[in-house]
Amino acid sequence: MAALCESFTLRGPGPGGGGPGLCLEPGPGRDLVLLTERGRAATLFKISDQKPLGCWSVKHGQILTCPVVCNFETHEFIAVHDDKVLRIWKNEDINLDKAFKATLSADVYRIHSLPQAGPVVLFRGGAARTLDVLLEAPQQEIENLISAEVIRWSGAFMEGQQPVLIFTTEKDGDFFVYVQKPKLSSLHKYKLEQQESATPLCFTAHITNQTVTLLCLYSNDSVYQVLIPLQQDIEEEEEKEKEEILSKSLLLKLSVSGAVLKGTSLVVVDKDHVAVLGSLAASGNKPEEYLTVWNTKFQTLQTSKELPLGTSGQLWCYEEKFFLFHGKVLTVILYKCETSSLAAAVGKLKDSQTLDVSSFVNWNTLEDEEQVVSFQSQQSVALKAESRMNLRSRRSTVDEQSGTLSVGQLLLKLKNASTYVLETELRQLMAKAPTPDLQATIGCVVTALIDRCKRNPKYYPQTFLQEIVETRNLSYSLCPDLMAVALEKNDMHLLQICLERFPDIPEEITYACLKTFLSMSEEYLQSIDVNLDSAICYVDVEYNDTEFKIETLENGFSAEMEQDMCDTKTPRQSRSDGESCPVGLRKAALLNAVLHSAYTETFLLPHLKNLPPQQAVLFLRYLYYLYVKCSEKVNTTLPGVRSPTINQIMDWMCLLLDAQFTVMAMLPEAKDLVSNLHRFVRAQVRFYSELNKMEGSLRELQRLNLLRESQTYSIEVLEII
Amino acid sequence: MGEFQVHRVRFFGLVPAGVRCIAYQPRGTRLALARTDGTVEVYNFAANYFQEKVIPGHEARSVESLCWAAGARLFGAGLGGDITEYDLAGLSVGRGVDGGGGPVWSMVANGTGTQLAIGCEDGSVKIFQVVAEGIQFERNLDRRKGRVLCLSWHPSDTHIVAGSIDFFRVIDVASGQTVQRIMVNHHVEKAKRECVVWAIALLSSGTAVSADSFGRVQFWDWQQGTLAESCAVSTSAVLSLAVSEKEDSIVVGTSTGATLQLQLLPVRLGGLEKQWVRTKVFQFHSHDVRAVAHSPTALISGGLDAQLVIRPLMEKMQKKNYDAVLRKFIFPHRRLVSCARKARLLLFQFSQYLELWRLGSTEETGKDGEVLPLCRMPEHLLQLKSKGPEHIYCSSVSPCGTWLGYSTASRFQLYRVHCDGDGVSLSKVPKVPKLLPPAYQLQFSAGSDSLFVASARGSVHVFQLLEPGGCKHLHTLRPPSGCSEAVYLLAPSADGRWLAAVSGDWAIHIYNLKCFKHHCVVPRYDCAVSALAIHPTTNNLVIAYSDQQLSEFSIPEKQYTGWSRAVQSRGLHRLWLERDSPITHITFNPKNASHILLHDTFLLCVLDKSLPLPDDGAILMNQSTLKQLPETARKRQLHAFKICKKFQPLLFMDLLDKNCLVVVERPIMDFKTQLPQPVQQKKFGT
Repeated sequence: MAALCESFTLRGPGPGGGGPGLCLEPGPGRDLVLLTERGRAATLFKISDQKPLGCWSVKHGQILTCPVVCNFETHEFIAVHDDKVLRIWKNEDINLDKAFKATLSADVYRIHSLPQAGPVVLFRGGAARTLDVLLEAPQQEIENLISAEVIRWSGAFMEGQQPVLIFTTEKDGDFFVYVQKPKLSSLHKYKLEQQESATPLCFTAHITNQTVTLLCLYSNDSVYQVLIPLQQDIEEEEEKEKEEILSKSLLLKLSVSGAVLKGTSLVVVDKDHVAVLGSLAASGNKPEEYLTVWNTKFQTLQTSKELPLGTSGQLWCYEEKFFLFHGKVLTVILYKCETSSLAAAVGKLKDSQTLDVSSFVNWNTLEDEEQVVSFQSQQSVALKAESRMNLRSRRSTVDEQSGTLSVGQLLLKLKNASTYVLETELRQLMAKAPTPDLQATIGCVVTALIDRCKRNPKYYPQTFLQEIVETRNLSYSLCPDLMAVALEKNDMHLLQICLERFPDIPEEITYACLKTFLSMSEEYLQSIDVNLDSAICYVDVEYNDTEFKIETLENGFSAEMEQDMCDTKTPRQSRSDGESCPVGLRKAALLNAVLHSAYTETFLLPHLKNLPPQQAVLFLRYLYYLYVKCSEKVNTTLPGVRSPTINQIMDWMCLLLDAQFTVMAMLPEAKDLVSNLHRFVRAQVRFYSELNKMEGSLRELQRLNLLRESQTYSIEVLEII
Repeated sequence: MGEFQVHRVRFFGLVPAGVRCIAYQPRGTRLALARTDGTVEVYNFAANYFQEKVIPGHEARSVESLCWAAGARLFGAGLGGDITEYDLAGLSVGRGVDGGGGPVWSMVANGTGTQLAIGCEDGSVKIFQVVAEGIQFERNLDRRKGRVLCLSWHPSDTHIVAGSIDFFRVIDVASGQTVQRIMVNHHVEKAKRECVVWAIALLSSGTAVSADSFGRVQFWDWQQGTLAESCAVSTSAVLSLAVSEKEDSIVVGTSTGATLQLQLLPVRLGGLEKQWVRTKVFQFHSHDVRAVAHSPTALISGGLDAQLVIRPLMEKMQKKNYDAVLRKFIFPHRRLVSCARKARLLLFQFSQYLELWRLGSTEETGKDGEVLPLCRMPEHLLQLKSKGPEHIYCSSVSPCGTWLGYSTASRFQLYRVHCDGDGVSLSKVPKVPKLLPPAYQLQFSAGSDSLFVASARGSVHVFQLLEPGGCKHLHTLRPPSGCSEAVYLLAPSADGRWLAAVSGDWAIHIYNLKCFKHHCVVPRYDCAVSALAIHPTTNNLVIAYSDQQLSEFSIPEKQYTGWSRAVQSRGLHRLWLERDSPITHITFNPKNASHILLHDTFLLCVLDKSLPLPDDGAILMNQSTLKQLPETARKRQLHAFKICKKFQPLLFMDLLDKNCLVVVERPIMDFKTQLPQPVQQKKFGT
């Protein structure tokens, strides 16, 4: 997302402002810009300090005919006044008249300064010279390459080590684009495709991968994109005579919900964003000027800022700042522009040209070989930086890649094979799976199986899946669809295993499992196979499958009052709550699996709120039962393998009470349960506080005992190593 | 290395006597300390605070005050009314001179150390002249009613201030007249009670500083008789006071065990006006701090809890060295236990009696840290009371357990121990040759056939023990060049050929016992020897110095061994050198010639010469680390010093046989409970 941030004034209303040749160029360092204005003066600003560092002006009668630029290598300033006179000076120089002067033989259109190649001088006649060449012989003859064409815009870039100059010319409504490499003295001329009833207003360009992208703002409120290849083909050289026509494509329509933005200036912000300065002509109202940032990918307006005082129509963009004249004030507007791509989100934003490997693993679409390569996601970065890698690690990368490729191919081959063939092949594959990628391979296998299940509703290799989950260290993220399918197929046993083994089950799935388990009828559960280890040791086997009774109260409060008054007496109801298991053995085992799973409270709580009240009460009843069972033992643990711990029980109980607070408060059948639970907890709290006191005394006693224990004589064993 | 069965003995009921007074040698490095039982000890600060001299006490001789005079001469005075000079070379008490004023409460030497002033019970202050032969009464100063509890000379020796009950007075030394008498309990509500001036000091500026039983330190202008300043430093009595030589710092000790420092500091930074300010409070003691001293770099305090505490003043320290650490001493730097290895007997030396114990035994074995069940309990065989009021100098039991000897200042007794079944009887060996007592160290030979008696002037007497109970003087060994100091440590070799003796001048003489000839002198190392022993198989003499250095000297070759040179060139571990207390006993493992067993108060160490020495980067106490490592990984971590700190405070350790150790501990708490109740103080949270 792009966003405009705060703005500040770089220079207040100057004397005049505007004027011919108003232009802003980057200064000799970071945070510095060079402003040329009024045709006479150039000012160097420090942006963060909002103040000028230096100002130079030409003599009265002279006029700066092109923007002053800075030579980034020498930190000298270069100006041209009166079309032909070149001036070069340093920051320390005060008087421009005393600065270096060279009179050229032809009119200069503009000087472009490039960070690594030095300034390039573009003449009105279309010829270009680097400054060095020009200074060797200032009076050298400058050829005229464009007859009767007028340069409208020019730009310069670095391509490799070569400066590239691009300029557009106009002649009788036709626009031409020239691409020039001054060092190679090569020149290409293209004709710009004509646009019906519209003329280009503003150009801007950027260069990526040997291709110049020229963006043109047309008078029909559209931005067109023209791609110009930079490759130098020999044939092309030969066919130089033939005029090439550049086709353009519409990049952006500058319209916002009916209103049209009349653009005047266009700059490229990054590869997906452009900024357009223009006026929005809302119907009937006076047009107001806006600075807008557009996303070219999604053709959307990202952000805008109203500029009520009007602008000079020019916009510059350096160092993540927009510069424009708002009224008579040079305003700096900071912006932030983050590409909203997925790649950016995962922090793997890379130039897509180098290697087309997606940076994240998509386990779902394991369709063809390319995606199998994506197993090597971790290596993708390394592959890009191949030149920096040593030979050994490169070899291993290649090896692994070929290994997984074969898995991918195999899975591809088996896509349509029969169930039997598939399972046999997969078993074999798992048996000999290469160890480094074992997890990934098994993930693929499971995903393949699940895909098949999805396609064929009748197919469900239950035992095979169980076997895999039980024997391999799978995780949820390795086969995300597995549990969903198991839920769909009501495969309780598989769910139980998954809950017990996967470390990373999303809370949503955990909740779904819990809900399914609670809603299962005991009869159905009797018929299925579930691992009972976690519950068999404490749940009474003879299950009383009568639903819990809702005791009718004589009146609203009597029972509670009574209970409150005689805390020590255990009412019958609580006995049944605490002493007999409210769920069957199988259901208990399944619920234990849920209790065992890892979760984050914050994420689980919203789901738990959706639990149907009857199920919530049943679950709470079960938790209460577990709690009571736990409290029976001195060490507060339940017997058996993988039985829930007291902490798990407590946490779930708190969570459930939090989530279902209203239900517990309102539901009549919950009332007894909650009050019994409360009494039990209160009793426990009292009990434990007594224990606390006792512990204090016991500790003191032990301490005294230790002191007393220091006998006067003992024979001990001491090992000295 | 191996497992040891450790007989952990905690029934040695030693109760060190409280510190009564201390005297720091002016411009010296020694500190003299007197205990409530009359024992006088000298600590050498230059030798890592080694307790280099001990003069045992006497029932009838209390020491109320000690002072250094005429350089390195030490005088003491007490309630017996005598002034005595201590013979530090011969470790004995000289003949006393009667003070002539009843019990002496205080004694101070003047600045030049030529005169002693004593404050007596009868209220008199007497001046004694220090002369070459002793002291000589000079004259009486003005006598007033009330015992003189404390005295202080003016630095110019012109006046003496004398503290009594409720008042103190300033006496002009030249005229002997009292020139000022100041009541300290004026304007005090508590005036119903008497106010004891426990300590006093006269500063060169004309200020008298008094410390009294009301817990005040008061600064007086004695000429005007006015109180300049009063600091209530404690709720209970201030008992002792010492002024630094520069008179800018005062240390006081209180009956609550606290010591405080007062400093003369400018009122305003850089200003000239100065004021005494209480700056530091320490609570090192649990009982009365009866004695304090102020060395140039440290506050020294001694309390009735038997502790001597040396608290360095960090602002006076130039660099971090051994002196820059707080030191506390409770236990003597010498052995009070001797062990009959073969008979498994332990002999404990108390100030006036000896105890003989037989160790218990077990038939079980176990793993590290286990306590084995006893099949026989230890047995208290006998208690032998020394006759007379004198305290015991030294004692020893022979390795076979059949001989037992002790010496007091005037008598030397040898006994024959008869063990018949469970009963034990003693018979005094008759006609023990009359020699000039006292003996400073008794040592039986390994075969229990001879007895070596360390004596004065560097001499060692050799007695032959005769069955069934006789004793014959064989020879007296003397260093060829003569020596004025007494021998304080002896080490015979197991084969009976050699005897090493250390005298108070730290020279180690080695004698050949076959021909009773002087064999050689160990090259002089300028530090006190704290323990030494001769290896039973190699006849190498292992020496531990009080500065924690170790060396090994080959007696047959008369030179340091290669290992010793390696230790010297390599240097010992920093933590080893920074230890608190000196090595007090060395013994060897007969089964492994490279093992040396040493101990000090806080650790026991098996020194394995075959292993590399640890450098400063290594962990010195690495036993617990090693125990966690698997067998294979231990190899690289091993170094020569195998240190066990399990048994503390350790008074004695010996190897009974190849894997059986005996350690004698005296837990601090055990003897603290035997001290009188300290001043009750309200503690937060109790």
